[in-house]
Amino acid sequence: MPVAIEYLDENLRAALSGEIDHHSAKELRAQIDDAITRAVPQKLVMDFSAVTFMDSSGIGLVMGRYKQVAVYGGTLSITGLGVQQRKVMRLAGLDKLCSFEETGEKTE
Amino acid sequence: MTNSMKLQFESRSCNESFARTAVAAFAAQLDPTYEELSDIKTAVSEAVTNCIVHAYAERLDSVYITAQIKEGNTFLVKIRDRGCGIADIAKAMEPLYTTSPEGERAGLGFAVMQSLCDKVTVRSKPGQGTTVTLLKKFKAKQ
Repeated sequence: MPVAIEYLDENLRAALSGEIDHHSAKELRAQIDDAITRAVPQKLVMDFSAVTFMDSSGIGLVMGRYKQVAVYGGTLSITGLGVQQRKVMRLAGLDKLCSFEETGEKTE
Repeated sequence: MTNSMKLQFESRSCNESFARTAVAAFAAQLDPTYEELSDIKTAVSEAVTNCIVHAYAERLDSVYITAQIKEGNTFLVKIRDRGCGIADIAKAMEPLYTTSPEGERAGLGFAVMQSLCDKVTVRSKPGQGTTVTLLKKFKAKQ
């Protein structure tokens, strides 16, 4: 399964795994949005610890989910980013939209 | 040592992973760092996705890749399609410009390629297709 969803009180944790590209993003998007609709979380945490590859499709995925939760005042937090993933996200200015949690740092 | 290879595959989205992995496997001959290899994989993924999403607009056709290892640890990758072409290349390369926001495309494909490679060249003619050339110089090993 490319994403494991976990409900924690007011929060929703989406642990992504494998490769995020245009091909895989559609399914990831559908699964996370389904969980957002059910839980309406105060905080959505997207965990990238088990992601092995990400291109700009990952930016679209994060921006899209940010918009979903921002509609009702929810927040988005990103965790477990690798060096390459952080490089791509910074390029898009995503560090200004959501918080990057430095926990679960990947060693590559 | 110089070397070259060619790839041709159908414009199916499942081939995005195949293309970047194949190019990275070829680039491995240059003994790149993990980061250099990630840069190449990401840039190729962006270019191939553009062929599938934009050039062929999800219809099936062929995507062509040639990769060359040149003197001085230089790696050159050409990604070519025979799709719709780009009328205004400068506009297409502008960060955040996208023609498919509904697909959650961030409009950052070219920006990502440019930030990860040393040089990105785009040649295109409307109705005839596009060739994206990525050049990356790998650090010389001691």
